[in-house]
Amino acid sequence: MGEDRRVAEHPILEDLREPDTYILYDGKRIPAITGEPVAAALLAAGVRIMRHTTKTGQPRGIFCGIGRCNDCKMIVDGVPGVRTCVTPVREGMVVETQEGLGEWRDLV
Amino acid sequence: MRKVQLLIVGAGPAGLSAGIEAARAGVQVTIIDENLRPGGQLFKQIHKFFGSRVHNAGVRGFRIGEKLLQDTKDLGVEVLLGYPVYGIFPGGEVVYGTADGAHQMKAEKIILATGANENNLYFEGSTLPGVMTAGAAQTMINLHHVLPGKRVIMVGSGNVGLIVSYQLLQAGAKVEAVVEAAPSIGGYGVHAGKLKRAGVPFYLSHTVRRAMGSTEVEAVELVELDHFKPVPGTEKIIEADTVCMAVGLTPMTELASLCGCELVESRGLGGLVPAHDHNMCTTNPDVYIAGDISGVEEASTAMEEGRLAGTAAAESLGYISEAEAAEKKAEIHRRLDLLRSGQFGAKRAEAKAEIEKSFAQMQRGGEVG
Repeated sequence: MGEDRRVAEHPILEDLREPDTYILYDGKRIPAITGEPVAAALLAAGVRIMRHTTKTGQPRGIFCGIGRCNDCKMIVDGVPGVRTCVTPVREGMVVETQEGLGEWRDLV
Repeated sequence: MRKVQLLIVGAGPAGLSAGIEAARAGVQVTIIDENLRPGGQLFKQIHKFFGSRVHNAGVRGFRIGEKLLQDTKDLGVEVLLGYPVYGIFPGGEVVYGTADGAHQMKAEKIILATGANENNLYFEGSTLPGVMTAGAAQTMINLHHVLPGKRVIMVGSGNVGLIVSYQLLQAGAKVEAVVEAAPSIGGYGVHAGKLKRAGVPFYLSHTVRRAMGSTEVEAVELVELDHFKPVPGTEKIIEADTVCMAVGLTPMTELASLCGCELVESRGLGGLVPAHDHNMCTTNPDVYIAGDISGVEEASTAMEEGRLAGTAAAESLGYISEAEAAEKKAEIHRRLDLLRSGQFGAKRAEAKAEIEKSFAQMQRGGEVG
């Protein structure tokens, strides 16, 4: 946490953007860009563990990055099993590390 | 139930090209894709393409993608995004999902341009956060502008491994090693040369034995290989926070199987592919394929195959005459032949010919050897 992994300079890419909003990751506010995948915002903040497996509690993170492998599932706005690599950021989204299959939560 | 003339599954280079070609002939085209953005992997390709001018050589992949999207728009092709196709049933009934649930539509002709899945390797620690496919790293840097890590080990020296390694350097990461199990580099010399000039070490005849770290990748152990067998005592540990795997792709044939398309093994092109003829028609006469599903090649070939399938579908729907179609197809085949020539291309041409041979045997009802 705390480090910024966003690409700041690039020889080809032109549309490098700055964070314009935030999401809540396990209760902590982290900067994000509206519309980018939740996983990208987390990665930019140095978060690479998205969930722990059901039986052995092993950590899992981004693996395929395009919604196929299901490794990056987290609890998003109270809904478990959300693939964060294909879920766009909205302001103030509540994102939680998922333990096993996760739990449904009522958001206040 | 909603009816469409031509449904194309997959809005990548092959699917978009197919849609454009068919729409130009007057066909009413719908393209459906599970992703929220069209373009498939094209918008991640920030390097310049190879080939000749007719193949957009020298143009960066994402620029080609922008052109395809513009053409699609200009021709009024319907593009449905965020809708995964779950199943295709006899008679062209297609079931797809949206936020409200499952829906159906019926298509007269279908082109499957579903692409391919990345392969992976299994080793101790291969599930640790920080181990990912090369495509995931490419998606993060080129599309989302976020580094997956700062010190990367690339496993695989085919063109994907080489290109993504260079793109990681461009994005500001350090590539600690490119690891290749074979005794020689798999991809083009041009791409490898760029990495060598940048000082990236190549470990040929090596593989990853394990990724180490308590909760994330902290280091990687490599081991030397002799004829693909590990040599004891040659282990070396390299500090790294990310391992990327560029170890090939496998065609995504699930929907083709559901359509009753017969599959055939193509070792040179990634595994099982739907058998198809010279015009991308499968053993189901209403279903065509294009791009990586028909054998893993490059975006340039995927676009030509898309045009071929789009032309063939337009012909079968009666929008272009046999003579006109024959002329168009011959022209596309000339361009495809160019893309499938040279040291690397010739092998793909051979593999394609094998698939067509199998298709012909199936059509005759013979055994596939």
